[in-house]
Amino acid sequence: MSSWIPLWLHKLGSPPTFYRFAGTLRPWAMGLALLLGAIALYGGLVLAPADYQQGDAYRIIFIHVPSAWMSMFIYAVMGVASFIALVWRIKLAEVVAMESAPIGAAFTFITLVTGSLWGKPMWGTWWTWDARLTSELVLLFLYLGVIGLYHAFEDRRQGARAAAFLAIIGIINVPIVHFSVNWWNTLHQGSTVNIFGKSKMSWDMLWPLLTMMLATKFYYVASLFNRVRTDLLALEGGKDWVRKIAEDEAKS
Amino acid sequence: MNPTRKRRLTIVVLIVAAAALAVGLGVYALQNNMNYLLTPSQVQSGQANDYKTFRLGGMVKAGSIQRSSDSLKVTFTVVDAGGAMPVEYTGILPDLFRDNQSVIATGHMDGARFVATEVLAKHDETYMPKELKDAMAKAHADKKVSEESAQGDMP
Repeated sequence: MSSWIPLWLHKLGSPPTFYRFAGTLRPWAMGLALLLGAIALYGGLVLAPADYQQGDAYRIIFIHVPSAWMSMFIYAVMGVASFIALVWRIKLAEVVAMESAPIGAAFTFITLVTGSLWGKPMWGTWWTWDARLTSELVLLFLYLGVIGLYHAFEDRRQGARAAAFLAIIGIINVPIVHFSVNWWNTLHQGSTVNIFGKSKMSWDMLWPLLTMMLATKFYYVASLFNRVRTDLLALEGGKDWVRKIAEDEAKS
Repeated sequence: MNPTRKRRLTIVVLIVAAAALAVGLGVYALQNNMNYLLTPSQVQSGQANDYKTFRLGGMVKAGSIQRSSDSLKVTFTVVDAGGAMPVEYTGILPDLFRDNQSVIATGHMDGARFVATEVLAKHDETYMPKELKDAMAKAHADKKVSEESAQGDMP
């Protein structure tokens, strides 16, 4: 055991401990996601003023941009978990990586659809082979590839390792998505919200956007924990701790 | 770290580095093809001669938009810092199409005129309420006026 990793983290990596931990946190994460999501939607759709250029049509930004951030964030989480799964063969890391993929794919799909709906009235086209749009589409295909490869194997753990490799190689696409608008001439706009430096959005529009970002993060945690719990039960089917849960369920 | 893990770590890092290098070189080689458009001055200097159709990008010159009264035909001028190009288009224009807006037109040259089959409008990354924009424009105009009057005062 490496001494620099605290003991509680080691314990958290064990399936029964994580099962209980995720079960306790999940309702709170879901509650916060719903609450913050409702506040952000009210702020974005009702309180925020119309844009000087795009009028009310810009309001789709409150769905489009947080989803796009999540599509990249979840890929990064999946990449790190895949890396841990490949090098240390930790079961929990495999499960986290594989169960992140469908959630990330859903967010990527929402990003592409809302972007398309926004593009038609504003730019004049549903789709164009612009660097940002194309790299985001590649991100969706990477997610679908990871999901497909995982399920192509009879043995789930072998499938997880093969898919983890694809996930790690695909992580090269994440910086390409992010920087595509700076590296090339694109139809897609540049970044509005900047972590370093001033954001190019007035505050009464910015706060609902940031609130929605938090809401999507909590939703991801809630959804991931639910999926991981189910997967852990399935993977550890024969173990004592799962049998005990099943017996308790049967009694009640 | 035990030897097996160290070996796995090396393999994973090497494969990712190789893949990153391959993608990096590929993207670098495609650099010129990834550009989306040519500007009027680039077209006039002959850079579009190799293309049958291409994208023309620039600003719509203020006051140059002329709509036909009996069809969807529109003519306007696209300008950049060093050139201007008349454009003809038949069809529905995007909501953002207006004077001084960045547009990207796909089409071909017909003599000195550019005939577009598609016109897209580009918006920038700034979002603010209209009142704020008006206030800023007013402040800017006031500043200009005071500068001009200050210059006028000088002998």
